Amino acid sequence: MEPTSASSRRAFWALLAAGGALVAVALGAAHYMEVHGHAVTGMNNQVVWGLPHVFAIFLIVAASGALNVASIGSVFGEAAYKPHSPLSVLLTVALLAGGLMVLVLDLGRPERLVVAATHYNFRSIFAWNMILYNGLFAICALYLWALLERRLGGYAKPVGLAAFAWRIILTTGTGSIFGFLVARQAYASGVIAPLFIALSLAWGLAAFHLAQCGLARLAGREPMDAELHARVRRLLAIFVIAALYFVAVHHLTNLYWAKQAAFERFILVTGAPYPALFWGGFVVAGSAVPLVLLLHPGFAGPRATAAASLLVSLGALAFLYVFIIGGQAFPLEIFPGYEVASAFHDGQVDGYAPSLPEFLLGLGGIAAAFVIALAGARALPVLPPDTVAVAAAK
Amino acid sequence: MNPVDQRRRDFLGKAAVAAGAMIAPGVILYDYAHAKQGAEPVSGKVRWGMLIDTTKCASGCRECVDACNRENGLPGSTRPTDSQWIRKVDLKDLKSGKAVSLPVMCQHCAEPPCVDVCPTGASFKREDGIVLVDRHTCIGCRYCMMACPYKARSFVHEPTTGQKPDVPRGKGCVESCTLCVHKVDRGGTPSCVEACAAAGHGAIVFGDLNDPASEISKRVRAATTTQLRADLRTDNGVRYQGL
Repeated sequence: MEPTSASSRRAFWALLAAGGALVAVALGAAHYMEVHGHAVTGMNNQVVWGLPHVFAIFLIVAASGALNVASIGSVFGEAAYKPHSPLSVLLTVALLAGGLMVLVLDLGRPERLVVAATHYNFRSIFAWNMILYNGLFAICALYLWALLERRLGGYAKPVGLAAFAWRIILTTGTGSIFGFLVARQAYASGVIAPLFIALSLAWGLAAFHLAQCGLARLAGREPMDAELHARVRRLLAIFVIAALYFVAVHHLTNLYWAKQAAFERFILVTGAPYPALFWGGFVVAGSAVPLVLLLHPGFAGPRATAAASLLVSLGALAFLYVFIIGGQAFPLEIFPGYEVASAFHDGQVDGYAPSLPEFLLGLGGIAAAFVIALAGARALPVLPPDTVAVAAAK
Repeated sequence: MNPVDQRRRDFLGKAAVAAGAMIAPGVILYDYAHAKQGAEPVSGKVRWGMLIDTTKCASGCRECVDACNRENGLPGSTRPTDSQWIRKVDLKDLKSGKAVSLPVMCQHCAEPPCVDVCPTGASFKREDGIVLVDRHTCIGCRYCMMACPYKARSFVHEPTTGQKPDVPRGKGCVESCTLCVHKVDRGGTPSCVEACAAAGHGAIVFGDLNDPASEISKRVRAATTTQLRADLRTDNGVRYQGL
């Protein structure tokens, strides 16, 4: 992406500086949390994963889904998508790096990252995920190389196939972080792995569309030809419906089990703020409104699709807040059939309230992804050449 | 021998002495670190466990909790971010209204979910069934706290003060009941057990579940006992009577 005018060059550097500043603030927030301990966050011994995990999991799940466009081009042979493949791969790298930054800086001992890289417990899905995340970086680097270097063009398909398989396994792994938690009412379900894959398809395509629109605008180009835009629009709608389907299956299964009734009532009806975030944030604003924007012929323009993508992304954060924090706020059921009280808050709903440093760290993850995508798009020819021609023709 | 060879020989000799002097203290420290504290190595023939008789546990009594805090250098405060390795839980049966009081701590599972999920292997189970956290390899990811069915683990949310030499603790790591492993390895009993007996309750019995002649084994054979969340088949080392 080469900015065509002085004003777009200025806009590029201004955006890069703004993103960099947010990353710097996030690093400062992480340092503050490390010096004072997690006591300065809203987290405690009941809600052990807070707002940073909401941002980190969003970015990691979206990273996997951002590969959609490249996969459709390389694996499923849809020629119309192929010119957009490099941006799709770059965005995967950017989102994954942003997510991992947040995840690592929220550790109690982030300086022990080298321990995590040298000590593996292969019974732990977390340990597997570390291999899967690093592997995706390596595969994406090869994939991007194959896509951008004409002499290596023949390798794009096999590497693309490997990337497709890898990211499906990776998102299965991310979902299984929760799916394997046998003792918690909110998790412990095999459906969480496919649920996360469905979520990744929607969130990743939404992130791709936003990045594509933003970068094209910055470069003074047309975002996407109309025919492809119509297909992306339809595809995003299908992915949003798929995600809703798996979320519905998860909750309906729980509602059928008497032992899960109290938890479902909490998360869907009584446990403020979670029901409002679930219904208002995820179902209405993050799914129903985008579906109208994506499927109604009156909203066929790229701006409406960008608005839908933004809403899907915000709905994603609402969903993860309910899923991760609401799931922990509900007390563990250690003594079924008993009313429980203790000085360790047994039997009580936890009143988690996120603190500013946590929020800034999470936001810094999005900023890091933004900076990597922006700088990457400047350094590498990831925007499709056909849009250059369109712009030149004008 | 020419003078150059002699000088080379002298140099090599001195270098060897210097290297030895530098390495020796490290070797001695290494030996200390790997010295056995107890007379016997940890053995899988032993399965340490506890039996808690809830009919003898008095509501409002905190002797076990206070003893644990003293022994392990825990602050003893009860904010949501404070470490609590053992807590008293008061239960009321929702149907009958029957009230029970009991202590809950790490259940020292035979199949511990915390050990399964720990990415670095910092959470581990000794051969004798005691579940511990290696403070050198814990990265503070808190996945074990998500996995524990008993809310038995605490995260150190603040810088620590008043640490005990036998019980290392540190900000940013996860910790939980060690079954007073530093005492058990010297032939002692956990502090909560001693405090409960000293207070005249005798509600906690500690011993080897694998030894048929031990008091705990006899009691487990004679009375009906339960393991918390037995449906999960984690096979806890801590058992409850009268629940």
